[in-house]
Order: sequence, then C-alpha cells, then structure tokens
Amino acid sequence: MAESTSLAAALGDAVTNTVVFRDEVTLLTTRERLVEVLTHLRDVERFEMLTDETCVDFHPGEPRFALVYQLTSLERAMRVRVKIMLSGADRVAPTVMGVYRNANWLERELYDLFGITFEGHPDLRRIMMPADYQGHPLLKEVPVTVEEVAFSFNRRRIDDTKIYAGE
Amino acid sequence: MGIEQKLGDMGVVTMTLEKAVGWARSNALWPMLFGLACCAIEMMSTQASRYDLSRFGMELMRASPRQSDLMIVAGRVSRKMAPVLRNLYDQMPEPKWVIAMGDCASCGGVFNNYAVVQGVDEIVPVDVYIAGCPPRPETLIDGILKLQDKIKKEPLKKWA
Repeated sequence: MAESTSLAAALGDAVTNTVVFRDEVTLLTTRERLVEVLTHLRDVERFEMLTDETCVDFHPGEPRFALVYQLTSLERAMRVRVKIMLSGADRVAPTVMGVYRNANWLERELYDLFGITFEGHPDLRRIMMPADYQGHPLLKEVPVTVEEVAFSFNRRRIDDTKIYAGE
Repeated sequence: MGIEQKLGDMGVVTMTLEKAVGWARSNALWPMLFGLACCAIEMMSTQASRYDLSRFGMELMRASPRQSDLMIVAGRVSRKMAPVLRNLYDQMPEPKWVIAMGDCASCGGVFNNYAVVQGVDEIVPVDVYIAGCPPRPETLIDGILKLQDKIKKEPLKKWA
C-alpha cells in the first residue's frame, strides 16, 4: 500500500487514479502522458521489463478500450499495471517502443486483433492473422463462433443449410 | 495367401489391370510427415513399435511432399497454415489421397473460432475422416485401412 502511494505521488497529476486490489497496483493515466509515466517508472522506479501490453474491449461501454501495460521490476521483485482508456471513435495510442523495445510485437498484436493504431510505430502490420485478413477478430462485435453451434432446438434448421441436407 | 493359392503350379495369375494397380498402390502408401497438433503425437505413436504402421506397408513417412502420396492432416489447421497446407498438397504427385485425422481437421472440432479452418475439406479434397480428439492409433490404422479399401476399388477412369 505504501508502495502504491509513493509510486503515484512521484508522478503527480500524470496519474489520474490509483487502484489497489489484492496488493495489485494499477495506475490510471492518459494517452498524452503515457510515455512520460512509463519512462518515469522505468528509470526512477526501476520497472525494467514490459511483461505484457494488452487491451480490453468494453463495447458498448464508453470509453470503449482499456490499454493495459504490465510492468515488472526484477530488481525490486514488484509488478505494477498502467492503464489508459481509449474512446471507441478514436482508436489511436502513442507507441511505447521508445521506452520498451519489446512493445513492437505487442503493439502489432493489438493492432491486428483490436484495430488500435499506434502512432510512431515503425512497422505496424498484422502479426497473428494472415496479411489479407479482413477485420479485427477480438473486437466484441465480431461473433465468437464461426459456425452456429447445433443444439436440439436449432439442429434441424442448421442441418437444412448443409450440403448433405435432404439426404 | 490368396494369390499363392491361385498361382497353383502355372506360375501365372490373371486379374484386371485395375485390381493389380489398386493393390500395388494401396499397399505402398507413403504418408507425408505433417503433424500440426496433438493428433501428430498419436500419429507418431502409430508408426512406433507398439502399433507399428509398417505392418500395412506405410512406415515410410516422407519429409518431402514430392515423395509422398498420402497426406494425413493431423491436427487443427489455422487460417495462416491453410495456404501452406494447400501448397504442400499441390506439390504432391498424383495419385494422392488425404486423411483428415481427428475432429479439428474434419470439422474444426472445439475450435469454432476465427483462427481455425472449419474442416480441412475447405481447402483440399478429403478421402477419409477420422473421428476422435485425438483418435487413438487403432482408429488411425482403421482409417488407413478404409482408405486402402477405397484405393483398391478405384476405377480405371479415375487415373487419367
């Protein structure tokens, strides 16, 4: 707890909110000050590793996206989570490659699966899906399944759409 | 056995060319070494000493598609793997056959999502589907024997 307050205090108004849940510290910041916050955490607080960078889609909520940065300090044996919120209409975030170089592929993954653009990223293209894939499959409006799952109530209707229908 | 009895003392056996070719082909299938997921573990086990696929004349898993005539699609095929699989299939010389091993290769299995091809028959023509997740080696052997029966019955006009 003391750690979390000291982390937030040193960052001043760059941190808009601090959440501590079961000893996990989450710092909320803004898109504009993200790079500044991460640089501070890396250089001053010695969080030398970006463990993961990921995204949450709160559709149809607004702000729609949360970008989550998981930082680890091997030296202090500590973890901290940094979050920024993005509106569904403006899916742009600054790249943090200048702070953590491994953000390169993590941001490509977020671009591929969530369609978030990272300003300043040198090589923003798909990494998981084929290059000619249309859409971003982890968005909430994309259906979870490709084929409708057959249960007893819809089995007959699904069977009628198959090539073996009527056999 | 059957042939030896027919031979008698004449040293001659009569049969149709169709049957002779089908018999020869079916007993010398060269599967391609192509494992995609957990089904490949069962495929390896099928070739190994306990189940011993070489009893059926197909112990020779080829690492090159140009030397093989049977593709055992062992595992789920991701959308990104699909063009690779088709490419390998196209590189195999005719005649060639495909076994969809397991639920994932047959119909997508539990992976009903954007990343996995819903049945490998979207990409290549499949001769035998083997159910199971993953199928036991006995099941794979049964599927291969079914394919051998199919090859033996293949009519002449299909060769061209």
